[in-house]
Amino acid sequence: MFKRKRHGRPATAANRRSVLRAMFGSAIGLGFTAMGAAGALWAAVAGRYMLPNVVVQPPSRFKVGFPRDYPPGCVETKYKERFGVWIVHGVYRGRRQVYALRTACTHLGCITLWQENERQFKCPCHGSGFHPDGINFEGPAPRPLERYAVRLADDGQLEVDTGRLFQEELGQWDDPASFMVL
Amino acid sequence: MALRDKIRASQLWKSVFRHPAPVDRRNRVAVMLGNLVLHLHPVALPAHAVRLQFTWCMGGITFFLFLVEVVTGALLMFYYRPTVEWAYNDMLALRGAVSFGVLRELHRWGAHAMVITVWLHMLRVFLTGSYKPPREFNWVIGVTLLVLTLLLSFTGYLLPWDQLSVWAVTVGSNMAQSVPLVGHQGPLHQVLTIDGAEMITPSSDARYALLGARSVGEEALNRFYVLHCVAIPLVAGFLMALHFWRIRKDGGISGPL
Repeated sequence: MFKRKRHGRPATAANRRSVLRAMFGSAIGLGFTAMGAAGALWAAVAGRYMLPNVVVQPPSRFKVGFPRDYPPGCVETKYKERFGVWIVHGVYRGRRQVYALRTACTHLGCITLWQENERQFKCPCHGSGFHPDGINFEGPAPRPLERYAVRLADDGQLEVDTGRLFQEELGQWDDPASFMVL
Repeated sequence: MALRDKIRASQLWKSVFRHPAPVDRRNRVAVMLGNLVLHLHPVALPAHAVRLQFTWCMGGITFFLFLVEVVTGALLMFYYRPTVEWAYNDMLALRGAVSFGVLRELHRWGAHAMVITVWLHMLRVFLTGSYKPPREFNWVIGVTLLVLTLLLSFTGYLLPWDQLSVWAVTVGSNMAQSVPLVGHQGPLHQVLTIDGAEMITPSSDARYALLGARSVGEEALNRFYVLHCVAIPLVAGFLMALHFWRIRKDGGISGPL
């Protein structure tokens, strides 16, 4: 079927020489090669361009006031808008502690609401409900809300670090970095 | 069977490319006619058509620059917000904080170059008499495209939102006050008077429609942004397609008639 040279491969098979000749051996080949190279370069530049170097986002570590600002039973909602966190002085497994709950629902990530009268967190998307300690009790959410790290800063204020997450179902809420005992 | 033939025979390949390989004259024609990009060129060209002395390639370079403006402009839109609060800051960020923010300079240089090449194209068409029948209507379309190119530059000039932008557009849009009939200081605007009440006032004339307000501000910035990024490019793109199509229909590129 193929014309075979006396030695070597079938004439139609590509080899290094034929590929190089196709790419650089003629004006049109050179043109398409240059076009391909320019296209690849543009794609790389545009890809890097799309990754911003400066973003306007709140810092991952921030102070939320002094422990005396959080009496027992308190659910502080004023950090929700900017930082996505609730500061709660609640009871978890009979232990009284202050912790920072992430406001995102563990179902699909909608931002939950604090309902003061029912004393529950409620997700507006699919109706998941969470107790003040973050444990889920209704709706599709498969696991409790997540905690951020809290610690006492040098000036005596509470400091939240959203860079560290603690999940109840993994037993991470026993980690002393996930709560403060007042 | 060689891999190339296997690919050529596959359903995937044949569903995309409807014709055989361009191995003979007939199939070369089929390839040219059946491909969206290639069909923009004629199947066959007279040898003189590609001579640079005849065309200067100025129309082609102008179109290429338009494509550069579309690509760089679309990328700029990812970072630029047309609001008084952010426009200037976003422009500065493109210059100082975004990787390859030089795209903004490319967009600006491309715009300058496009204005130059579109004038040179017009000069060449004039010198070679290419506006003469049957190409006279394509000359009209070309002049419209020239005006649209200038309007693209004018509307884009406001977007950096610095002192130069604001006052240049203030001066430029003041000219709209003097348009006949629809500018409140222009000739014949008194014609549009109903029961003694003038219809064309500073709050209802061409300038007011252009700025969306009585002076250059947030409203004007938003209007110029939409004109610059959507309205004018769409119209210009349509007229370009018409312009190129008519070159073919009016006797081909750079041939004597």
